[in-house]
Amino acid sequence: MSENKTVRFIITRQDRPDSAPYEEEFVIPYRPNMNVISALMEIRRNPVNAKGEKTTPVAWEMNCLEEVCGACSMVINGKPRQACAALIDKLEQPIRLEPMRTFPVIRDLVIDRSRMFDALKRVKAWIPIDGTYDLGPGPRMPERKRQWAYELSKCMTCGVCLEACPNVNSKSNFIGPAPLSQVRLFNAHPTGAMHKAERLRAIMGDGGLANCGNSQNCVQSCPKGIPLTTSIAALNRDTTIQMFRDFFGSDEV
Amino acid sequence: MAGNREFYYRRLHSLLGVIPVGVFLVQHLVVNHFATRGPEAFNRAAAFMENLPFRYFLEIFVIFLPLLFHAVYGIYIAFTAKFNTSQYGYFRNWMFMLQRITGIITLIFVVWHVYETRVQAAFGAEVNYEMMANIVNNPFMLWFYIIGILSTVFHFANGLWSFCVSWGLTVTPRSQQVFTYITMLIFVALSIVGIRAILAFA
Repeated sequence: MSENKTVRFIITRQDRPDSAPYEEEFVIPYRPNMNVISALMEIRRNPVNAKGEKTTPVAWEMNCLEEVCGACSMVINGKPRQACAALIDKLEQPIRLEPMRTFPVIRDLVIDRSRMFDALKRVKAWIPIDGTYDLGPGPRMPERKRQWAYELSKCMTCGVCLEACPNVNSKSNFIGPAPLSQVRLFNAHPTGAMHKAERLRAIMGDGGLANCGNSQNCVQSCPKGIPLTTSIAALNRDTTIQMFRDFFGSDEV
Repeated sequence: MAGNREFYYRRLHSLLGVIPVGVFLVQHLVVNHFATRGPEAFNRAAAFMENLPFRYFLEIFVIFLPLLFHAVYGIYIAFTAKFNTSQYGYFRNWMFMLQRITGIITLIFVVWHVYETRVQAAFGAEVNYEMMANIVNNPFMLWFYIIGILSTVFHFANGLWSFCVSWGLTVTPRSQQVFTYITMLIFVALSIVGIRAILAFA
């Protein structure tokens, strides 16, 4: 405690959704095992910037604090990732924090990820099991398939893959890698497969699968290691078949 | 736009880049390679191509219209991307950017090349060894052609890679990796063919 170690932050802030962003510097006392969240908490406790001026506390979102909810995603030293899993000891200083600007910024590091949830609705990322009577147990899922499908189910809709994608931007309406991979997940499920064609047709719409330009930044950036580009390529194959089925006709649903 | 056409436009764009535009490109480079055997060999080959039956039909439906669609839609694709290689310096991200940049360079090159050769031919000029020799006599034009050929061949080879992904042929990371090697070998091989041909005129 006697050594006066500090941590320097340069944080991109924004007061309102429509106001201009600006940078503010903070120097906070170092504690062992700090992560970016605990550092932001320290700033909130004592909102004084590096010049010694009193300022507003930096706003950010967090929830699970163990890299499974995706809420605290932000751009840390140029890379989008979760603040809770970003350890201060492993970051180069000054640590730069920015919001993931692919999404609308609400305030400081808080962004609005609604577009991802809208995309999940659009691609029907669920398995319909409700009926007016008990439909009974569904078909079994082979264990091998369950294992790879589990990897896809780790997606926490954090938005890192959209932030890294060069084709997700204000000039395009690409829904991004995360919801696409969810289509593969739900199509792999034996009951979900009963609505396979519907999901495939949804991603064959404008702003869908075809917008992928194969930069493969998503798979490099995904904090959960989800094989996003494999999912996209697999869906490319599925939609190719679906396209021919729809045009030439098929008894497959 | 009338409904959801984007998917089909993108698939058509991907397909036309390989068939027939890519096939024509390979054929064109191979025929040009006759120049390495001397002016007479080249002139004979060029005359053979020129006198193919249904020439205008072939030119319009195998070359011009597919190329036009591929070019126009390609410009749209290139300008909807927001390059971020400085932040994400991964190999495929570089290839993503190069594919779009070489696409634009290739378009400029092809427009100029078609104007200098096919359009002039329509105005009565004869397309032969001498015509090309006169063009690349200018060192600036020779370099313009070398850059144009390399850019075109790269765009084609790397485009083959993304064609395989876009149509769902290469799904696993391993198969995509192997196809990266194969398409880059195609890039090197076709570059040699193209550069040898253009230097034969110089």
